[in-house]
Parts: sequence; structure tokens; C-alpha cells
Amino acid sequence: MKTVSSLLDAHWYERYKNISRLNIRSSIYDVTDRCNLRCKGCFFFSSGEHKVASEEKDVGKWHAFVDKEMARGVNLAILIGGEPTLCLDRIEAFYQRLPTFCATNGLIKVPRERFPDMMVGISLWGDAEDEKTLRGVDSFKISSANYAGDPHAYYLYTITPRQLGKTEVIIKRIADVGLKVHMQLLSNDEGVDGFSWQPDELVAVRAEMDAMLDAYPRTVISSRYYHQIITTGTMLGRRFGWMECPSVTDAIDKREPRPKRLTNFIRWASDLKTMHRCCTSETRDCSTCKDGAAHMSWVMVNKRAHMSSPQELRNWIEVYEMFAKLYQFIPW
Amino acid sequence: MTRDINQTIIRIAEIIINTLKLEDVTPQAFDADLDLVDEVGVDSMDLATIALVLRDEYGIRIDEDYYPKLTTVRIIAEYISNKLTSGE
Ligand code: SF4
Ligand code: SF4
Repeated sequence: MKTVSSLLDAHWYERYKNISRLNIRSSIYDVTDRCNLRCKGCFFFSSGEHKVASEEKDVGKWHAFVDKEMARGVNLAILIGGEPTLCLDRIEAFYQRLPTFCATNGLIKVPRERFPDMMVGISLWGDAEDEKTLRGVDSFKISSANYAGDPHAYYLYTITPRQLGKTEVIIKRIADVGLKVHMQLLSNDEGVDGFSWQPDELVAVRAEMDAMLDAYPRTVISSRYYHQIITTGTMLGRRFGWMECPSVTDAIDKREPRPKRLTNFIRWASDLKTMHRCCTSETRDCSTCKDGAAHMSWVMVNKRAHMSSPQELRNWIEVYEMFAKLYQFIPW
Repeated sequence: MTRDINQTIIRIAEIIINTLKLEDVTPQAFDADLDLVDEVGVDSMDLATIALVLRDEYGIRIDEDYYPKLTTVRIIAEYISNKLTSGE
């Protein structure tokens, strides 16, 4: 029988032990159904998720809700949109109790005196031109001024096919403002012209992501294996999709056979009652889904499948470490 | 008691081997003191599945908060044995 220590040298075994008992149990929460931007390709609005439930306005109910979530075993709250920073009181209900991550477009600065060490992930969709095309504003200009040098913030850079050959400029700009960056791929739910991935572009973007990781290892929080998984949609000969996805809301998960999945994961709408199907849009086609968190989690929940060779287990460790850094379970 | 615990150890090893589909190891050869997380690579979902099989086999419900303490086959066997003895 292959054991972990028989597959790893002392250095990698130590790294394994640093993460093996973290037992991260995340769930995702829509904090509001409003946003101060209206990006083309935003799944939240394009799939009508903002209309499925009306947001709970009584902040006392948010506090009680978070208590219930903790009783359910959640130990990481991932707050998403619309735009959570429009409702700081609701964010606080999570932050006071739980390790909390807040996704934002960065236009509003999270007041650090109120949320000193909350991890903030700032969305970025490309250079100024693409940002204007897709989001109507060059958000980097504003968000980088708001968060420059912040040790608890990083950019979530959604790469589009139009960004091929241009990612280094963006990564350099992020490094120059003293922030980190994690890269993911646009799924283009709205089918915006020129923003859907072609097979050759996925090959090219993988090479480019690898090159950025090599050239900017202190800035880019990523792993080559993650690049491979997200650009090919395959892992250990298995194809990503509905029957493999780990990020399906537990209560509606009737799949047989039941895949390895996130324990007790739920994505809640902002009425605190409605559950969405998964971590992204219900209308998204699972066979072309590029959701970064779902792909990362896919690797993470399949640890033992990566125990057939030392390289595979090291790949698994790197992806798990990447996730743990992005949510502050281990340092950068 | 010693014989009973040894039987329980072998049965639990068998359950773990079957549940995790481990290869190249028999219940008799499974090291009862091997750390299930640090060495076998068990994760929390595996533990939850194993706990369900144990519940069906021994009629014992293992509290989820207790999973992190169940680090080896021997510790699980002792836990079950104690529960059975105390009739909980
Ligand atoms: S900033 Fe985010 S939530 Fe707002 S429209 Fe853009 S993608 Fe959607
Ligand atoms: S759209 Fe993506 S994240 Fe959602 S269930 Fe399908 S594969 Fe999973």
C-alpha cells in the first residue's frame, strides 16, 4: 500500500502535514442582489440570480443566520455578489464570527479599521480597454488606489481570450502596487463576441499562465497543475462536468454515483433561504464551465486519487496550498 | 477483551480497505497504528463514509466533532469497543 510518506521526501511531507488537517468547510453567500457595476458576462445578472430572491434587510437575521451556518460546521464564509461592500453590516455578521473572504470589484474600499484582516479578492477582467468593454470602467485604476500594499487583499484576474499575450503587463501592474494575484478564466456565459475560448487559445493561455507563475513567483498565487486542470478540463483522465463537480449545493445534490464533493457546501441567496444550484450560475453549461474555485476544489477533494505517484501527490499539495493561501489558512 | 479488540481491529481495517478501495494490503497486514490522515491520505469525506459503515455494523453513532480524534484503526477499535462495553 502506498503511504503519503513513502511518496514524499521530508520537505514535501512537511508541507503535506501543514495542510492535511485544515479540514476547510466553505459555503458561499450572496450578500446582496445589487452591484455598482453591470459587467457583460457577469453570471449573477445574466442568469437572473439577482431576481430569484429578495435580499434580507434585517441585519439581526444575518447574525442569527451565521450562527446557524457555524452550527452546520462551516468554517470559511465566501461572500460574493452582487457587490458585498454595498452592505458592510452584513459582511460584519460573518467577519465577527468566521474566517471570511469578500469578493469585490474594489470600487469601494473595505474600511480596514472595521475589517482589519478580512481577505478581500478584487475582480479584474483585463487591461483598461477590456475592462471598459466588459465592465464599462477601468476598475484597476480605482481598486489599486484603494488597496495598494494591503497584505489581506489580492486580485482575482479573470483572463479572457483577448488577454492572450497581454497578461504580463497586468501582472506587473499588480506587482507594482504591492498586491498578489490569482488567475482564473472567463466562462463567458453571455457569449460576448470574441470572449469564448477556442481550443488553441486554451493551450496558449496555459503556457502563458505557467510563464507568469515562473516569472513572478512572489506575486502570482497559483500552480502549474491548476493551470493544466482549468485549461484542459481533465484530471487524471477524468473530465470535469456535472457528474464530477464538487461545488454543488448539498441539499439538492441527488447525483448517483455521488462524486467526491465539498462537505455540507451550500450557496445561499441573499434572502438567506433560497439555495442556488452551485458556486456559479445555474444556467451555465457544466461541460464548458471554467469556474476556478470549482476546479480547485475538484482537485482538493480527490486527494487519494493523487496518491499513485510522487508527482501527482505534489501536484495535489500545491493546489491545496494555493487554496489555503487565498483564504488565509496558511501564509502567502 | 484482547481477542475482541484484535478482531475489531481487523474488521475495521477491512472496512477501511473496502471503503477506500486500497490496494496491496490485507486487513491482517494493515498497520493498526498507521496515521489515517498523515499516511493513508484519508480526508473528512472518507471519514464520514467510514463512520456510516461503522454505524451500520456496530450500531454506534460517531459524533462528527470526534472524527479528528479517530486517527488510527486501533483508536477507532478502542472507541467502538468502549462504546459497546458501556452500552451507549
Ligand atoms: S462587479 Fe461582479 S457582481 Fe458586479 S456586475 Fe461585475 S461581475 Fe457582476
Ligand atoms: S456550472 Fe460549473 S460549478 Fe456549477 S455545477 Fe456545473 S460544473 Fe459545477
